[in-house]
Amino acid sequence: MLESVLFWSIAVLAVASGVAVFRVDSMARATYALAVSFVAVGLALLLVGLDYIGLIVVLMMVMEMAVMAVYMIMFMGMNPALMPMSMVHGHRAAVITAVGAFVLLAAGALLVPWPQRRGTPSADPTVALGEALMGSKMLVMMTVSPVMVATIVAGIVLASHRTRYDRLGDDLRRRPADDPQPGGVGR
Amino acid sequence: MPDASIVQVSPVWALLAALLLGGAAVFAAGLDGVLVSRTQGRLLLTGVRMPLVETARLLRQRRRSTLAADSLLWRTGGAGLVVVALLMVAVVPLGRWTLADLPVGVVWFNAMDVVVWALVWLAGWGPNATHSLIGGYRFLAQALAYELPLMFALTAPAVAAGSLRVGDVVAAQQGLWFVVWMPVAFAVYCLAVVGFSFWGPLAPAAGVDIAGGVLSEVSGPDRLLVQTGRYALLAAGAAFAVPLFLGGGAGPLLPGWCWVLLKTLLLLSAFVAIRRRLPSLRADRFVEVGWMVLLPVVLLQVLVVALVVVGRG
Amino acid sequence: MTLETLLVVAAALFSVGLYGALSQQVVVMVMMGLELMLNGVILAGAAFWWFLAPNPEGQVLLLIVIAAMTVEMAMGFAVAIVLNRHHGTDMTDMAADLSR
Repeated sequence: MLESVLFWSIAVLAVASGVAVFRVDSMARATYALAVSFVAVGLALLLVGLDYIGLIVVLMMVMEMAVMAVYMIMFMGMNPALMPMSMVHGHRAAVITAVGAFVLLAAGALLVPWPQRRGTPSADPTVALGEALMGSKMLVMMTVSPVMVATIVAGIVLASHRTRYDRLGDDLRRRPADDPQPGGVGR
Repeated sequence: MPDASIVQVSPVWALLAALLLGGAAVFAAGLDGVLVSRTQGRLLLTGVRMPLVETARLLRQRRRSTLAADSLLWRTGGAGLVVVALLMVAVVPLGRWTLADLPVGVVWFNAMDVVVWALVWLAGWGPNATHSLIGGYRFLAQALAYELPLMFALTAPAVAAGSLRVGDVVAAQQGLWFVVWMPVAFAVYCLAVVGFSFWGPLAPAAGVDIAGGVLSEVSGPDRLLVQTGRYALLAAGAAFAVPLFLGGGAGPLLPGWCWVLLKTLLLLSAFVAIRRRLPSLRADRFVEVGWMVLLPVVLLQVLVVALVVVGRG
Repeated sequence: MTLETLLVVAAALFSVGLYGALSQQVVVMVMMGLELMLNGVILAGAAFWWFLAPNPEGQVLLLIVIAAMTVEMAMGFAVAIVLNRHHGTDMTDMAADLSR
Protein backbone atom coordinates (compact mmCIF):
# COMPACT_ATOMS: atom_id res chain seq x y z
CA MET A 1 0.00 0.00 0.00
CA LEU A 2 2.75 2.40 1.03
CA GLU A 3 4.76 1.27 -1.96
CA SER A 4 1.81 1.98 -4.25
CA VAL A 5 1.33 5.49 -2.87
CA LEU A 6 5.05 6.14 -3.14
CA PHE A 7 5.18 4.86 -6.70
CA TRP A 8 2.23 6.92 -7.89
CA SER A 9 3.51 10.11 -6.30
CA ILE A 10 6.92 9.56 -7.91
CA ALA A 11 5.32 8.82 -11.28
CA VAL A 12 3.12 11.93 -11.18
CA LEU A 13 6.10 14.02 -10.09
CA ALA A 14 8.23 12.72 -12.97
CA VAL A 15 5.65 13.41 -15.68
CA ALA A 16 4.48 16.73 -14.19
CA SER A 17 7.99 18.10 -13.93
CA GLY A 18 8.67 16.81 -17.45
CA VAL A 19 5.74 18.86 -18.73
CA ALA A 20 6.86 21.79 -16.58
CA VAL A 21 10.19 21.88 -18.42
CA PHE A 22 8.44 23.39 -21.42
CA ARG A 23 5.93 25.47 -19.51
CA VAL A 24 7.87 27.48 -16.93
CA ASP A 25 8.93 31.06 -17.25
CA SER A 26 12.66 30.90 -16.75
CA MET A 27 15.52 28.82 -18.11
CA ALA A 28 16.85 27.91 -14.69
CA ARG A 29 13.41 26.66 -13.69
CA ALA A 30 13.19 24.59 -16.88
CA THR A 31 16.58 23.02 -16.19
CA TYR A 32 15.78 22.18 -12.60
CA ALA A 33 12.32 20.89 -13.49
CA LEU A 34 14.16 18.40 -15.71
CA ALA A 35 16.46 17.63 -12.77
CA VAL A 36 13.43 16.90 -10.58
CA SER A 37 12.06 14.60 -13.28
CA PHE A 38 15.32 12.69 -13.38
CA VAL A 39 15.49 12.42 -9.58
CA ALA A 40 11.95 11.03 -9.62
CA VAL A 41 12.97 8.39 -12.19
CA GLY A 42 16.02 7.60 -10.05
CA LEU A 43 13.74 7.09 -7.04
CA ALA A 44 11.51 4.84 -9.16
CA LEU A 45 14.58 2.81 -10.03
CA LEU A 46 15.35 2.51 -6.32
CA LEU A 47 11.81 1.18 -5.85
CA VAL A 48 12.37 -1.65 -8.32
CA GLY A 49 15.53 -2.67 -6.51
CA LEU A 50 18.14 -1.10 -8.81
CA ASP A 51 20.04 0.64 -6.01
CA TYR A 52 23.27 1.43 -7.75
CA ILE A 53 21.80 2.45 -11.10
CA GLY A 54 19.11 4.57 -9.44
CA LEU A 55 21.67 6.50 -7.39
CA ILE A 56 23.93 6.83 -10.43
CA VAL A 57 21.02 8.33 -12.40
CA VAL A 58 20.36 10.85 -9.61
CA LEU A 59 24.05 11.71 -9.26
CA MET A 60 24.82 12.11 -12.94
CA MET A 61 21.64 13.92 -13.83
CA VAL A 62 21.86 16.50 -11.05
CA MET A 63 25.46 17.17 -12.05
CA GLU A 64 24.44 17.42 -15.70
CA MET A 65 21.57 19.80 -14.94
CA ALA A 66 23.86 22.02 -12.90
CA VAL A 67 26.21 22.28 -15.89
CA MET A 68 23.34 22.58 -18.36
CA ALA A 69 21.98 25.54 -16.45
CA VAL A 70 25.29 27.29 -17.12
CA TYR A 71 24.90 26.63 -20.85
CA MET A 72 21.29 27.80 -20.85
CA ILE A 73 22.17 31.08 -19.29
CA MET A 74 25.20 31.47 -21.54
CA PHE A 75 23.23 31.07 -24.74
CA MET A 76 19.99 32.70 -23.83
CA GLY A 77 21.32 35.44 -21.64
CA MET A 78 18.28 35.57 -19.42
CA ASN A 79 18.28 36.93 -15.93
CA PRO A 80 16.55 35.31 -12.99
CA ALA A 81 13.43 37.41 -13.47
CA LEU A 82 10.48 35.36 -14.57
CA MET A 83 9.28 36.27 -18.01
CA PRO A 84 6.90 34.26 -20.18
CA MET A 85 8.87 32.52 -22.87
CA SER A 86 7.69 30.21 -25.54
CA MET A 87 9.86 29.61 -28.54
CA VAL A 88 8.23 26.89 -30.54
CA HIS A 89 7.85 26.00 -34.15
CA GLY A 90 5.33 23.58 -35.52
CA HIS A 91 3.54 23.45 -32.21
CA ARG A 92 0.39 21.67 -33.32
CA ALA A 93 2.22 19.03 -35.32
CA ALA A 94 4.45 18.34 -32.34
CA VAL A 95 1.52 18.00 -29.96
CA ILE A 96 -0.32 15.66 -32.32
CA THR A 97 2.81 13.54 -32.82
CA ALA A 98 3.47 13.37 -29.10
CA VAL A 99 -0.09 12.43 -28.21
CA GLY A 100 -0.14 9.86 -31.01
CA ALA A 101 3.14 8.36 -29.79
CA PHE A 102 1.79 8.17 -26.25
CA VAL A 103 -1.42 6.46 -27.37
CA LEU A 104 0.55 3.98 -29.45
CA LEU A 105 3.06 3.14 -26.72
CA ALA A 106 0.49 2.96 -23.94
CA ALA A 107 -1.72 0.73 -26.07
CA GLY A 108 1.26 -1.49 -26.72
CA ALA A 109 2.13 -1.59 -23.04
CA LEU A 110 -1.40 -2.53 -22.03
CA LEU A 111 -2.32 -4.90 -24.83
CA VAL A 112 0.86 -6.90 -25.45
CA PRO A 113 0.79 -10.24 -23.58
CA TRP A 114 4.01 -9.90 -21.60
CA PRO A 115 5.79 -13.16 -20.81
CA GLN A 116 6.34 -14.53 -17.35
CA ARG A 117 9.26 -13.46 -15.24
CA ARG A 118 12.35 -15.54 -15.91
CA GLY A 119 14.63 -16.02 -12.93
CA THR A 120 14.82 -14.08 -9.70
CA PRO A 121 16.98 -11.08 -8.88
CA SER A 122 20.14 -11.94 -6.99
CA ALA A 123 20.47 -10.88 -3.37
CA ASP A 124 22.73 -7.96 -4.25
CA PRO A 125 22.09 -6.64 -7.77
CA THR A 126 25.09 -4.33 -7.48
CA VAL A 127 27.49 -7.21 -6.94
CA ALA A 128 25.85 -9.10 -9.81
CA LEU A 129 26.25 -6.04 -12.04
CA GLY A 130 29.89 -5.61 -11.08
CA GLU A 131 30.69 -9.24 -11.72
CA ALA A 132 28.87 -9.16 -15.05
CA LEU A 133 30.70 -6.03 -16.18
CA MET A 134 34.07 -7.39 -15.19
CA GLY A 135 33.37 -10.93 -16.33
CA SER A 136 31.00 -11.95 -19.07
CA LYS A 137 30.23 -8.40 -20.21
CA MET A 138 33.78 -7.10 -20.18
CA LEU A 139 33.35 -6.13 -23.83
CA VAL A 140 30.87 -3.46 -22.78
CA MET A 141 33.37 -1.96 -20.38
CA MET A 142 36.10 -2.09 -22.99
CA THR A 143 33.92 -0.34 -25.55
CA VAL A 144 32.44 2.33 -23.31
CA SER A 145 35.83 3.44 -22.00
CA PRO A 146 37.37 4.57 -25.30
CA VAL A 147 33.99 6.00 -26.35
CA MET A 148 34.06 8.18 -23.25
CA VAL A 149 37.62 9.27 -23.90
CA ALA A 150 36.74 10.01 -27.52
CA THR A 151 33.76 12.07 -26.33
CA ILE A 152 35.93 14.12 -24.00
CA VAL A 153 38.47 14.76 -26.72
CA ALA A 154 35.85 15.50 -29.40
CA GLY A 155 33.92 17.80 -27.10
CA ILE A 156 36.99 19.82 -26.24
CA VAL A 157 38.13 19.96 -29.86
CA LEU A 158 34.72 21.22 -30.96
CA ALA A 159 34.22 23.69 -28.19
CA SER A 160 37.68 25.05 -27.75
CA HIS A 161 38.22 28.41 -29.33
CA ARG A 162 41.98 28.53 -29.09
CA THR A 163 44.10 25.77 -30.50
CA ARG A 164 47.49 24.71 -29.25
CA TYR A 165 49.12 27.04 -31.81
CA ASP A 166 47.40 29.97 -30.15
CA ARG A 167 48.55 28.81 -26.76
CA LEU A 168 52.09 27.66 -27.48
CA GLY A 169 53.08 29.83 -30.44
CA ASP A 170 53.73 28.81 -34.05
CA ASP A 171 56.63 26.54 -33.19
CA LEU A 172 54.84 25.04 -30.13
CA ARG A 173 57.74 26.07 -27.99
CA ARG A 174 56.38 28.86 -25.79
CA ARG A 175 56.32 27.86 -22.13
CA PRO A 176 54.28 28.67 -20.09
CA ALA A 177 51.29 28.73 -22.39
CA ASP A 178 49.66 32.01 -23.33
CA ASP A 179 46.28 31.66 -21.64
CA PRO A 180 43.83 34.41 -20.71
CA GLN A 181 43.28 32.56 -17.42
CA PRO A 182 46.54 31.01 -16.23
CA GLY A 183 46.03 27.75 -14.42
CA GLY A 184 47.30 27.00 -10.95
CA VAL A 185 50.08 24.66 -11.92
CA GLY A 186 51.91 27.16 -14.07
CA ARG A 187 51.89 25.11 -17.25
CA MET B 1 32.34 -9.85 4.23
CA PRO B 2 28.89 -8.64 5.23
CA ASP B 3 28.89 -7.08 8.63
CA ALA B 4 25.94 -8.43 10.55
CA SER B 5 26.41 -6.17 13.50
CA ILE B 6 25.19 -2.89 11.92
CA VAL B 7 21.57 -2.46 12.92
CA GLN B 8 19.18 -0.21 11.01
CA VAL B 9 16.91 1.70 13.36
CA SER B 10 13.49 3.16 12.71
CA PRO B 11 13.21 6.56 10.99
CA VAL B 12 12.06 8.17 14.27
CA TRP B 13 15.70 8.29 15.30
CA ALA B 14 16.30 10.77 12.51
CA LEU B 15 15.43 13.39 15.12
CA LEU B 16 18.41 12.34 17.20
CA ALA B 17 20.58 12.39 14.08
CA ALA B 18 19.38 15.92 13.33
CA LEU B 19 20.13 16.98 16.91
CA LEU B 20 23.62 15.50 16.79
CA LEU B 21 24.30 17.16 13.44
CA GLY B 22 23.02 20.46 14.79
CA GLY B 23 25.20 20.07 17.86
CA ALA B 24 28.25 19.42 15.69
CA ALA B 25 27.43 22.47 13.56
CA VAL B 26 27.08 24.63 16.67
CA PHE B 27 30.39 23.23 17.94
CA ALA B 28 32.07 24.14 14.64
CA ALA B 29 30.60 27.64 14.72
CA GLY B 30 31.65 28.10 18.33
CA LEU B 31 35.18 26.94 17.61
CA ASP B 32 35.39 29.34 14.69
CA GLY B 33 34.15 32.10 16.98
CA VAL B 34 36.77 31.24 19.58
CA LEU B 35 39.54 31.36 16.99
CA VAL B 36 38.28 34.72 15.74
CA SER B 37 38.06 36.10 19.29
CA ARG B 38 41.58 34.97 19.98
CA THR B 39 42.95 36.81 16.97
CA GLN B 40 40.93 39.89 17.83
CA GLY B 41 42.15 39.82 21.41
CA ARG B 42 38.70 39.53 22.91
CA LEU B 43 37.48 37.17 25.59
CA LEU B 44 37.13 33.58 24.48
CA LEU B 45 33.64 33.53 25.95
CA THR B 46 32.39 35.90 23.26
CA GLY B 47 33.60 33.40 20.70
CA VAL B 48 31.86 30.48 22.37
CA ARG B 49 28.66 32.50 22.50
CA MET B 50 28.98 33.44 18.84
CA PRO B 51 26.62 30.79 17.39
CA LEU B 52 23.86 31.74 19.84
CA VAL B 53 24.37 35.44 19.30
CA GLU B 54 24.35 35.04 15.52
CA THR B 55 21.26 32.82 15.61
CA ALA B 56 19.38 35.30 17.74
CA ARG B 57 20.47 38.20 15.56
CA LEU B 58 19.55 36.52 12.31
CA LEU B 59 16.20 35.27 13.56
CA ARG B 60 15.25 38.83 14.40
CA GLN B 61 16.67 40.35 11.26
CA ARG B 62 14.32 41.32 8.48
CA ARG B 63 14.14 39.04 5.51
CA ARG B 64 15.35 40.82 2.44
CA SER B 65 14.17 40.16 -1.07
CA THR B 66 15.61 41.65 -4.22
CA LEU B 67 13.90 42.94 -7.33
CA ALA B 68 12.50 40.17 -9.56
CA ALA B 69 14.21 37.49 -7.51
CA ASP B 70 13.35 33.88 -8.25
CA SER B 71 12.12 33.14 -4.72
CA LEU B 72 11.29 29.48 -5.25
CA LEU B 73 14.76 28.60 -6.49
CA TRP B 74 16.50 30.94 -4.05
CA ARG B 75 14.90 29.60 -0.90
CA THR B 76 15.22 26.00 -2.15
CA GLY B 77 18.93 26.47 -2.68
CA GLY B 78 19.42 28.04 0.71
CA ALA B 79 17.31 25.67 2.75
CA GLY B 80 18.39 22.56 0.87
CA LEU B 81 21.93 22.66 2.29
CA VAL B 82 20.80 21.59 5.75
CA VAL B 83 18.52 18.90 4.32
CA VAL B 84 21.34 17.45 2.23
CA ALA B 85 23.68 17.43 5.23
CA LEU B 86 21.08 15.46 7.19
CA LEU B 87 20.70 13.02 4.29
CA MET B 88 24.47 12.58 4.24
CA VAL B 89 24.63 11.54 7.88
CA ALA B 90 21.76 9.12 7.41
CA VAL B 91 24.25 6.50 6.21
CA VAL B 92 26.88 7.13 8.89
CA PRO B 93 26.78 4.36 11.51
CA LEU B 94 26.85 5.68 15.06
CA GLY B 95 28.62 2.71 16.59
CA ARG B 96 26.26 -0.12 15.79
CA TRP B 97 23.20 1.84 14.70
CA THR B 98 22.49 3.56 11.43
CA LEU B 99 19.45 5.24 9.97
CA ALA B 100 19.77 3.74 6.52
CA ASP B 101 21.83 0.64 5.92
CA LEU B 102 21.96 1.09 2.17
CA PRO B 103 23.86 -1.52 0.15
CA VAL B 104 25.33 1.43 -1.80
CA GLY B 105 25.97 3.85 1.08
CA VAL B 106 29.19 5.26 -0.41
CA VAL B 107 27.41 6.15 -3.68
CA TRP B 108 24.60 7.77 -1.64
CA PHE B 109 27.11 10.16 -0.05
CA ASN B 110 28.51 10.91 -3.48
CA ALA B 111 25.05 11.63 -4.87
CA MET B 112 24.29 13.96 -1.97
CA ASP B 113 27.43 15.98 -2.43
CA VAL B 114 26.56 16.44 -6.10
CA VAL B 115 23.15 17.79 -5.08
CA VAL B 116 25.12 20.51 -3.23
CA TRP B 117 26.34 21.71 -6.65
CA ALA B 118 22.78 22.42 -7.71
CA LEU B 119 21.84 24.00 -4.37
CA VAL B 120 24.72 26.45 -4.17
CA TRP B 121 24.21 27.51 -7.80
CA LEU B 122 20.52 28.05 -7.11
CA ALA B 123 21.38 30.08 -4.03
CA GLY B 124 23.56 32.21 -6.25
CA TRP B 125 21.06 32.50 -9.11
CA GLY B 126 17.93 33.20 -7.08
CA PRO B 127 18.47 36.77 -5.90
CA ASN B 128 18.93 38.21 -9.41
CA ALA B 129 22.13 39.91 -8.27
CA THR B 130 25.51 40.02 -9.98
CA HIS B 131 27.82 39.20 -7.11
CA SER B 132 25.60 36.37 -6.02
CA LEU B 133 25.60 34.89 -9.51
CA ILE B 134 29.38 35.15 -9.75
CA GLY B 135 29.62 33.26 -6.45
CA GLY B 136 27.40 30.49 -7.80
CA TYR B 137 29.49 30.16 -10.96
CA ARG B 138 32.72 30.11 -8.96
CA PHE B 139 31.31 27.25 -6.93
CA LEU B 140 30.50 25.26 -10.06
CA ALA B 141 33.98 25.79 -11.49
CA GLN B 142 35.62 24.68 -8.28
CA ALA B 143 33.24 21.74 -7.87
CA LEU B 144 34.15 20.47 -11.35
CA ALA B 145 37.74 20.39 -10.15
CA TYR B 146 37.37 18.47 -6.91
CA GLU B 147 34.46 16.17 -7.83
CA LEU B 148 36.27 13.55 -9.89
CA PRO B 149 39.15 13.24 -7.39
CA LEU B 150 36.48 12.93 -4.65
CA MET B 151 34.73 10.13 -6.51
CA PHE B 152 37.97 8.17 -6.79
CA ALA B 153 38.88 8.94 -3.19
CA LEU B 154 35.53 7.40 -2.21
CA THR B 155 36.21 4.41 -4.46
CA ALA B 156 39.48 3.51 -2.71
CA PRO B 157 37.96 2.38 0.64
CA ALA B 158 35.16 0.62 -1.25
CA VAL B 159 37.73 -1.34 -3.29
CA ALA B 160 39.67 -2.22 -0.13
CA ALA B 161 36.51 -3.42 1.61
CA GLY B 162 35.08 -5.14 -1.45
CA SER B 163 31.69 -3.54 -0.88
CA LEU B 164 29.79 -0.26 -1.16
CA ARG B 165 28.04 -0.70 2.18
CA VAL B 166 29.37 1.63 4.85
CA GLY B 167 29.09 -1.17 7.43
CA ASP B 168 31.37 -3.39 5.37
CA VAL B 169 33.92 -0.58 4.98
CA VAL B 170 33.97 -0.22 8.78
CA ALA B 171 34.36 -3.98 9.25
CA ALA B 172 37.27 -4.12 6.81
CA GLN B 173 39.23 -1.68 8.98
CA GLN B 174 39.49 -3.95 11.98
CA GLY B 175 43.15 -4.67 11.33
CA LEU B 176 44.41 -1.32 10.08
CA TRP B 177 42.57 1.94 9.54
CA PHE B 178 42.35 3.03 5.94
CA VAL B 179 43.80 6.45 6.68
CA VAL B 180 47.15 4.74 7.33
CA TRP B 181 47.54 3.06 3.97
CA MET B 182 45.48 5.38 1.77
CA PRO B 183 46.56 8.82 3.00
CA VAL B 184 46.22 10.39 -0.45
CA ALA B 185 42.58 9.38 -0.68
CA PHE B 186 41.99 10.77 2.81
CA ALA B 187 43.67 14.07 1.97
CA VAL B 188 41.68 14.44 -1.26
CA TYR B 189 38.48 13.57 0.61
CA CYS B 190 39.16 16.25 3.23
CA LEU B 191 39.88 18.78 0.49
CA ALA B 192 36.60 17.90 -1.19
CA VAL B 193 34.66 18.27 2.09
CA VAL B 194 36.15 21.73 2.51
CA GLY B 195 35.21 22.32 -1.12
CA PHE B 196 31.58 21.35 -1.00
CA SER B 197 31.08 23.40 2.15
CA PHE B 198 32.72 26.35 0.33
CA TRP B 199 34.87 26.84 3.39
CA GLY B 200 38.28 28.31 4.12
CA PRO B 201 40.68 28.00 1.19
CA LEU B 202 37.91 26.91 -1.14
CA ALA B 203 35.48 29.70 -0.34
CA PRO B 204 35.74 32.01 -3.35
CA ALA B 205 32.03 31.32 -3.86
CA ALA B 206 31.44 33.33 -0.71
CA GLY B 207 34.47 35.47 -1.18
CA VAL B 208 35.02 38.89 0.29
CA ASP B 209 36.01 40.24 -3.12
CA ILE B 210 32.49 39.70 -4.43
CA ALA B 211 30.73 41.13 -1.38
CA GLY B 212 30.10 37.68 0.04
CA GLY B 213 29.10 35.93 -3.18
CA VAL B 214 26.25 33.55 -2.52
CA LEU B 215 25.98 35.05 0.95
CA SER B 216 25.70 38.62 -0.29
CA GLU B 217 21.91 38.96 -0.62
CA VAL B 218 20.54 36.51 1.94
CA SER B 219 19.50 37.96 5.28
CA GLY B 220 17.51 37.00 8.28
CA PRO B 221 16.37 33.42 8.74
CA ASP B 222 17.41 32.57 5.18
CA ARG B 223 20.97 33.56 5.99
CA LEU B 224 20.78 31.50 9.17
CA LEU B 225 19.75 28.49 7.08
CA VAL B 226 22.61 28.95 4.61
CA GLN B 227 25.23 29.42 7.33
CA THR B 228 23.86 26.47 9.30
CA GLY B 229 23.91 24.45 6.09
CA ARG B 230 27.58 25.31 5.58
CA TYR B 231 28.56 24.17 9.05
CA ALA B 232 26.27 21.15 8.78
CA LEU B 233 27.89 20.07 5.50
CA LEU B 234 31.30 20.38 7.11
CA ALA B 235 30.10 18.28 10.04
CA ALA B 236 28.48 15.69 7.75
CA GLY B 237 31.66 15.39 5.72
CA ALA B 238 33.72 14.95 8.87
CA ALA B 239 31.19 12.38 10.12
CA PHE B 240 31.38 10.33 6.92
CA ALA B 241 35.17 10.28 7.01
CA VAL B 242 34.99 8.34 10.28
CA PRO B 243 33.53 5.07 8.94
CA LEU B 244 35.32 5.49 5.64
CA PHE B 245 38.89 6.19 6.76
CA LEU B 246 39.10 6.38 10.55
CA GLY B 247 37.85 2.96 11.55
CA GLY B 248 34.28 3.81 12.54
CA GLY B 249 33.65 3.17 16.22
CA ALA B 250 36.92 1.35 16.85
CA GLY B 251 38.89 2.42 19.88
CA PRO B 252 39.71 1.41 23.46
CA LEU B 253 37.64 2.03 26.57
CA LEU B 254 34.72 4.06 25.21
CA PRO B 255 31.73 2.57 23.36
CA GLY B 256 31.56 2.73 19.57
CA TRP B 257 29.12 5.61 19.28
CA CYS B 258 31.25 7.72 21.60
CA TRP B 259 34.31 7.16 19.46
CA VAL B 260 32.40 8.07 16.31
CA LEU B 261 31.32 11.38 17.85
CA LEU B 262 34.82 12.05 19.19
CA LYS B 263 36.52 11.38 15.87
CA THR B 264 33.93 13.49 14.04
CA LEU B 265 34.50 16.44 16.36
CA LEU B 266 38.28 16.09 16.07
CA LEU B 267 38.20 16.12 12.27
CA LEU B 268 35.67 18.94 12.32
CA SER B 269 38.00 20.98 14.56
CA ALA B 270 40.80 20.43 12.06
CA PHE B 271 38.56 21.70 9.26
CA VAL B 272 37.55 24.79 11.22
CA ALA B 273 41.14 25.49 12.23
CA ILE B 274 42.41 25.69 8.64
CA ARG B 275 39.85 28.29 7.69
CA ARG B 276 42.03 31.29 8.29
CA ARG B 277 45.35 29.58 7.86
CA LEU B 278 45.36 28.91 4.14
CA PRO B 279 44.96 31.49 1.38
CA SER B 280 41.88 31.38 -0.79
CA LEU B 281 42.34 29.25 -3.88
CA ARG B 282 40.88 30.96 -6.91
CA ALA B 283 38.52 28.73 -8.86
CA ASP B 284 40.28 29.04 -12.23
CA ARG B 285 43.65 28.13 -10.73
CA PHE B 286 42.20 25.36 -8.64
CA VAL B 287 40.68 23.76 -11.75
CA GLU B 288 44.10 23.05 -13.20
CA VAL B 289 45.38 21.76 -9.86
CA GLY B 290 42.38 19.48 -9.57
CA TRP B 291 42.71 17.91 -13.01
CA MET B 292 46.49 17.85 -13.49
CA VAL B 293 47.64 17.03 -9.95
CA LEU B 294 44.84 15.62 -7.81
CA LEU B 295 43.24 13.31 -10.34
CA PRO B 296 46.41 11.40 -11.40
CA VAL B 297 47.57 11.15 -7.80
CA VAL B 298 44.29 9.73 -6.55
CA LEU B 299 44.12 7.35 -9.51
CA LEU B 300 47.56 6.05 -8.56
CA GLN B 301 46.27 5.66 -5.02
CA VAL B 302 43.32 3.57 -6.23
CA LEU B 303 45.76 1.49 -8.30
CA VAL B 304 47.91 0.84 -5.24
CA VAL B 305 44.85 -0.13 -3.21
CA ALA B 306 43.64 -2.47 -5.96
CA LEU B 307 47.08 -4.12 -6.17
CA VAL B 308 47.13 -4.63 -2.41
CA VAL B 309 43.65 -6.16 -2.49
CA VAL B 310 44.60 -8.51 -5.33
CA GLY B 311 47.85 -9.43 -3.62
CA ARG B 312 46.03 -10.14 -0.40
CA GLY B 313 43.96 -12.67 -2.31
CA MET C 1 3.21 -0.99 -9.41
CA THR C 2 2.89 -3.40 -12.27
CA LEU C 3 4.76 -3.69 -15.52
CA GLU C 4 1.94 -2.01 -17.40
CA THR C 5 1.75 1.03 -15.15
CA LEU C 6 5.50 1.56 -15.24
CA LEU C 7 5.46 1.28 -19.03
CA VAL C 8 2.60 3.78 -19.31
CA VAL C 9 4.54 6.24 -17.15
CA ALA C 10 7.62 5.68 -19.29
CA ALA C 11 5.51 6.22 -22.43
CA ALA C 12 4.22 9.49 -20.96
CA LEU C 13 7.77 10.71 -20.29
CA PHE C 14 8.80 9.67 -23.79
CA SER C 15 5.88 11.53 -25.35
CA VAL C 16 6.57 14.73 -23.42
CA GLY C 17 10.18 14.50 -24.52
CA LEU C 18 9.10 13.93 -28.11
CA TYR C 19 6.94 17.03 -27.97
CA GLY C 20 9.89 19.01 -26.70
CA ALA C 21 12.34 17.66 -29.23
CA LEU C 22 10.00 18.43 -32.11
CA SER C 23 8.65 21.79 -31.09
CA GLN C 24 11.42 23.71 -29.39
CA GLN C 25 13.46 26.23 -31.30
CA VAL C 26 16.41 26.57 -28.99
CA VAL C 27 19.04 23.86 -29.35
CA VAL C 28 19.41 23.32 -25.61
CA MET C 29 15.66 22.91 -25.19
CA VAL C 30 15.65 20.29 -27.96
CA MET C 31 18.33 18.48 -25.99
CA MET C 32 16.14 18.64 -22.92
CA GLY C 33 13.43 16.92 -24.93
CA LEU C 34 15.92 14.22 -25.93
CA GLU C 35 16.90 13.82 -22.29
CA LEU C 36 13.27 13.28 -21.31
CA MET C 37 12.91 10.65 -24.03
CA LEU C 38 15.94 8.80 -22.74
CA ASN C 39 14.51 9.20 -19.24
CA GLY C 40 11.44 7.30 -20.38
CA VAL C 41 13.64 4.65 -22.00
CA ILE C 42 15.60 4.13 -18.78
CA LEU C 43 12.40 3.77 -16.75
CA ALA C 44 10.99 1.30 -19.28
CA GLY C 45 14.26 -0.65 -19.27
CA ALA C 46 14.19 -0.85 -15.48
CA ALA C 47 10.57 -2.03 -15.59
CA PHE C 48 11.45 -4.77 -18.07
CA TRP C 49 14.42 -5.74 -15.93
CA TRP C 50 12.40 -6.16 -12.77
CA PHE C 51 9.29 -7.77 -14.17
CA LEU C 52 10.60 -9.91 -16.98
CA ALA C 53 14.26 -10.83 -16.56
CA PRO C 54 16.04 -9.63 -13.40
CA ASN C 55 19.56 -10.70 -14.39
CA PRO C 56 22.72 -8.59 -14.66
CA GLU C 57 22.55 -8.26 -18.46
CA GLY C 58 19.55 -5.96 -18.11
CA GLN C 59 21.46 -3.70 -15.76
CA VAL C 60 24.38 -3.59 -18.18
CA LEU C 61 21.94 -2.47 -20.89
CA LEU C 62 20.70 0.32 -18.63
CA LEU C 63 24.28 1.44 -18.03
CA ILE C 64 24.84 1.51 -21.78
CA VAL C 65 21.76 3.72 -22.22
CA ILE C 66 23.01 6.07 -19.50
CA ALA C 67 26.44 6.20 -21.12
CA ALA C 68 24.84 6.93 -24.51
CA MET C 69 22.82 9.74 -22.93
CA THR C 70 25.97 11.24 -21.46
CA VAL C 71 27.81 11.11 -24.77
CA GLU C 72 24.86 12.68 -26.57
CA MET C 73 24.67 15.52 -24.10
CA ALA C 74 28.38 16.23 -24.28
CA MET C 75 28.39 16.27 -28.07
CA GLY C 76 25.19 18.31 -28.18
CA PHE C 77 26.62 21.02 -25.98
CA ALA C 78 29.85 21.12 -27.93
CA VAL C 79 27.90 21.50 -31.18
CA ALA C 80 25.75 24.22 -29.59
CA ILE C 81 28.87 26.13 -28.67
CA VAL C 82 30.27 25.87 -32.19
CA LEU C 83 26.91 26.95 -33.59
CA ASN C 84 26.87 29.94 -31.30
CA ARG C 85 30.38 30.89 -32.23
CA HIS C 86 29.94 30.72 -35.99
CA HIS C 87 26.35 31.73 -36.52
CA GLY C 88 25.89 33.82 -33.42
CA THR C 89 22.63 32.08 -32.69
CA ASP C 90 21.28 29.23 -30.65
CA MET C 91 18.09 28.62 -32.59
CA THR C 92 17.73 25.55 -34.71
CA ASP C 93 15.91 27.49 -37.43
CA MET C 94 18.88 29.75 -38.09
CA ALA C 95 21.16 26.76 -38.42
CA ALA C 96 19.12 25.19 -41.17
CA ASP C 97 21.32 26.04 -44.13
CA LEU C 98 24.89 24.95 -44.52
CA SER C 99 26.25 28.20 -45.92
CA ARG C 100 27.27 30.94 -43.54
